Amino acid sequence: MELQIDDSVLVKDYINGEEKALEILIHRHNQRITSFIYSKVMDRDVAEDIFQDTFIKVIKTLKKGTYSEEGKFLPWVMRIAHNLIIDHFRKNKRMPMFQGTDDFNIFSVIGDEKLNAEKQLIKDQIDTDLNMLIEELPEDQKEVLLMRIYQDMSFKEISENTGVSINTALGRMRYALINLRKIIDKHNIILTN
Amino acid sequence: MEKIYSQKKLGCKLVKVRPETVQFLVQYSQSLRIVEYKNLQFENNLN
Repeated sequence: MELQIDDSVLVKDYINGEEKALEILIHRHNQRITSFIYSKVMDRDVAEDIFQDTFIKVIKTLKKGTYSEEGKFLPWVMRIAHNLIIDHFRKNKRMPMFQGTDDFNIFSVIGDEKLNAEKQLIKDQIDTDLNMLIEELPEDQKEVLLMRIYQDMSFKEISENTGVSINTALGRMRYALINLRKIIDKHNIILTN
Repeated sequence: MEKIYSQKKLGCKLVKVRPETVQFLVQYSQSLRIVEYKNLQFENNLN
């Protein structure tokens, strides 16, 4: 059976300058402390950071000679780790970091509404083409279409502004669209986005 | 189809820090010297 030196003996040795004792202590409690931190933060890299900070505190306290052997070594280290975990969450609360998991990806909910450069170019091209096509329409139809689509007016407002009935405005809009389609077909224009 | 909102079960995972981290801590410990002077403590890091 392998003889295991007690934690308190190792701590004393370390305080007396035996550096190897620290290595034994770290290796002995590595899994327990790391697993404890990991179970709280659920991030491997953060767990590593907190583990490192925990032992830096341990080293400083032991070297300064302010460690008092009141309790056991492991619960003391765990308490330091616990406090650092709380600090980590407090810091994150001010500046939260969100990481997607396999189940849920934040980018499926929020996204950039803007078109990418290529799509924006295509859209601009279509808009220009469409303006040129609209110019080909008869004046009365063009007027209704511009008011409805570009000025976002209702047919009631259009009829009031142009002095024709709502039905006439509706009819002109209908013919404007039919004629646009005809021009597009006639010239084999492809408008896609 | 019903939606399952329950979280994925977080099993207790046993993990260890990388050997590099342990190595860093050991080296940090070796380089750290505490110097006392008139009730004041100074941390010296000798790289």
